[in-house]
Formats: sequence, structure tokens, C-alpha cells
Amino acid sequence: MITLPLDIQLLFAGILFMLGLVGVLVRRNIFFILMSIEIMLNSAGLVFIIASAYWKQPEGQAMFIFILAVAAAEVSIGLALILRVYHHYRTLDVEAINKLKDKE
Amino acid sequence: MNGFFYIAAGVAIISTIFVITGKNAIHALLYLIVSFLSISVIFYLLDAPFIAALEVIIYAGAILVLFIFVTMMLNIVIEKKKEKKWLKPRMWVIPVILAVTLFFDLVFAVKSVPSHTIEKGIVLPKELGIAIFTRYLPAVEITAILLLIGVIGAYHLGSQKKKVFHRFLEKK
Repeated sequence: MITLPLDIQLLFAGILFMLGLVGVLVRRNIFFILMSIEIMLNSAGLVFIIASAYWKQPEGQAMFIFILAVAAAEVSIGLALILRVYHHYRTLDVEAINKLKDKE
Repeated sequence: MNGFFYIAAGVAIISTIFVITGKNAIHALLYLIVSFLSISVIFYLLDAPFIAALEVIIYAGAILVLFIFVTMMLNIVIEKKKEKKWLKPRMWVIPVILAVTLFFDLVFAVKSVPSHTIEKGIVLPKELGIAIFTRYLPAVEITAILLLIGVIGAYHLGSQKKKVFHRFLEKK
């Protein structure tokens, strides 16, 4: 539908990925880190869709569906872990969560 | 039609910036929904209408609603105060420098190949379904197992367990 050069679209996906990367590096709240990981996964999927539109093959879209499933599984496990961590430590700070051992 | 791409891309980038700089988790999640919706517009413009619908239904609909439900179980007011303490401006400097350096690397890599234009040619959902359920059927089955593991893991981690001792070890 659009007739844009490939560069601009790939660079847009790159900008989104870099924003997610900055979010992962900067934030101390584990919740925001999970959101930034979602942004990065989504921009990786965007690259697959761009490739699929460029070569007019369905493989890129198939990969996006797999990325979607991986993201859903990752989010469900991650959010369950966040809830457990919050009930245990009463904080979402990643620097407070540095002990793997149980308290007792 | 190219104007729509630039508008959607601008909305996506601005709302993503609000996500990574936001202090209130709910507001950040709503900006993330806006970002995913605008990326869905871009998918539609890239001749992938089925993927655009999946993006709206699964990402913006299911995954972010899961985020919002979990946010309701956390104490947002206290977390917001802590967030203001954690997020100092000088913490942004080094990660942003690193990310911009990597981005220029990417620009160089993209610009070093001759430029092409994406032309018309829609991939129908029928072709996608044929590709998934014939050539990539093992991958679909592995994905199904992954989702099953996700369900079991989320149930296991999310359930509040009582500590049950053996009846001989139980403290009276």
C-alpha cells in the first residue's frame, strides 16, 4: 500500500528497538523493564513484517505469529514472577531483588 | 499513503518515549497501547491486514490488559513516589549514548546497501495459513508446548501456597 524506501522503515524499527533498549538499561522498576522488553519484541516483529512485505512471502508474517506467542508466554510468566516478588519484598526495585535464597 | 506511515511512526515513537520516561505505571501502559495501535496501522500499510488485526487483538487487547490487571494488584501510589526517587536525569546519559551509537551503527549498515522501494503485493491470510500449517507445522507445535508451559508456570508461580509439612514434622 505504501511506496517507501526500505531504509526508512528499517530505521523506524531500529528507533523503536533503541527506545526499548534505553528503557531496559535505565529503569529500576522491574515492571517498566518488562514493558520495554515488549517494545523490543514488537520492533523485532516489525522488521519481520517489513521483510515479508519486501519479498512478498508469508514467512515473515509466520515469524511474527511465533514472536506473538513467545511474547504472550513471556509476559504471563514475567507478571506472575513480578507478583511473587512484590509480595515477598514489597518493592519492585531490581536492585533489592538480589537474593535467590529463601528468607527462612 | 506515505503520509500515513510518517504520522503513525511519529505517534509510535512519541508514545514509546512517554512509556520509557513515565513515572505512573498505568499512564505508561496506556501510552504503550497507543504505541501498539499505531504500529498496527503501520502493519496495515505494509499489506499485512491479518497481522494488524492480531496486533490489536493480542498485543493491545490481551497482553496489555494482563499488564493492567497486574498493575491493579500493586500499590501504584507508593511505587510512583519511589519512581521519582530512582529516575535521576544523570542516569539517562550513558544508556542514551550507547543506544545512539548502536543506532548510528544500524544507520550505517542500512545505508551501505543500495536503497530499494517496497512495491505493491499483498500477502493474503490464506497464504499465511498454508505456510504455517504445512511448512512450519513443527514450529506451531513447539509454540503450543511453549504456551502450555507458560500456562503451567504462571499458575505455579501465581498460586499462593500454604506451607504444608509432613504430619510427623508438623510443629504442634
